[in-house]
Amino acid sequence: MIALLLRDLKLAFRAGGGFGLGLAFFLIVTVMVPFSVGPQSELLSRIAPGVLWLGALLACLLSLDRLLALDWEDGSLDLLATAPLPLESTVTIKALAHWITTGLPLVLAAPVLGVLLNLPVLGFQWLVVSLLLGTPALSVIGTFGAALTVGLKRGGLLMSLLVMPLYVPTLIFGSEVARRGAEGMAVQTPLLLLAGISAASIALLPFASAAVLRVNLR
Amino acid sequence: MTLTVTDLGVARGGIPVLEGLSFALEPGKALILRGPNGIGKTTLLRTVAGLQPPLKGRVDGAEDQIAYAAHSDGLKPTLTVAENLVFWASVFGRNGIEQALDGFDLQSLRDRQAGALSAGQKRRLGLSRMLVTGRPIWIMDEPTVSLDVNSVAMFADAVRAHLGQGGSALIATHIDLGLEAEVLDVGPYKAKPPEIDDFDGGFL
Repeated sequence: MIALLLRDLKLAFRAGGGFGLGLAFFLIVTVMVPFSVGPQSELLSRIAPGVLWLGALLACLLSLDRLLALDWEDGSLDLLATAPLPLESTVTIKALAHWITTGLPLVLAAPVLGVLLNLPVLGFQWLVVSLLLGTPALSVIGTFGAALTVGLKRGGLLMSLLVMPLYVPTLIFGSEVARRGAEGMAVQTPLLLLAGISAASIALLPFASAAVLRVNLR
Repeated sequence: MTLTVTDLGVARGGIPVLEGLSFALEPGKALILRGPNGIGKTTLLRTVAGLQPPLKGRVDGAEDQIAYAAHSDGLKPTLTVAENLVFWASVFGRNGIEQALDGFDLQSLRDRQAGALSAGQKRRLGLSRMLVTGRPIWIMDEPTVSLDVNSVAMFADAVRAHLGQGGSALIATHIDLGLEAEVLDVGPYKAKPPEIDDFDGGFL
């Protein structure tokens, strides 16, 4: 399992691995928003939590179609399926590797980019906390979407359509935590719901991902 | 560990391609599958490897015993030869890739990226993966594609050594490997088209 994780990380950091893809997209979105809505710092600081969350979510989505498709194309997925590793743990590790290479950099970059959007000072810690809690769910749900569409050529569109509605609860509660935090309100309820969504996805979805992967490998 | 296949029927894309197939593969033996293109050799091997369920019949003794080599080698172009092998070795819970590198004459290429290898060299690397798995039953789908004469001989030696250690091999190939192996022509097991016994059978 550790070997698979290390391999995926190594692949991501080498040329063409797509490590910076999500991060660069996140940066572009947050840099462009002030240009498009205009330099009104009040308006920007009001929409900042939502924009940052949406940017992170889309950045996550962007990198999903490489998650399993590359392993499918070069035949590694067939070989992994016949290896002693259960498919459930294979997809869990894949999701973890995706989170480390995509989700975690987004969490770390978010406070810096928050400055660009004039995020209120109170909001920074809750933005980081909400992203830290929410991005694992994005990776796990995304792995499920990638497993569903793994055999399809150019399955990115279908995968986005399938994954989007599954991302909605995470987005709602994640940005609600960040918004309430920024406005100095109590964050406990959305925070608990966000944590619940993450915990449930991490606990249940690997089984679903492995099951659809088995069907797709036939 | 004997691999036993009993009255196996396999389907590709929902269409039965082979049926009524039975054989046993004992330790130290190799079985060569022959048959024209499209007859279902790959489908049969995937079924035996457990990647797809059989249409009917059963496969015994394959679970956690097989190493499967498909048409594609499962190599990562940005990893080096040694890194690719080390990864597969550790997935199968083993270490030590030197024997595999020696067996397929890859020592001089060990630090080269797999993406920079020629087709034949990639194939050799893909086949050397079998040596690091430590699994007793090798299931190989046209292993000699894009190999030159020397490499085919190298591969045959590797299989012979594997058989000598009590392993076994199920190989689909069109060429003569020079192995003392049974040959199974799957042509006669071609599935008959399903009989339509009802006027609306086509809709079911």
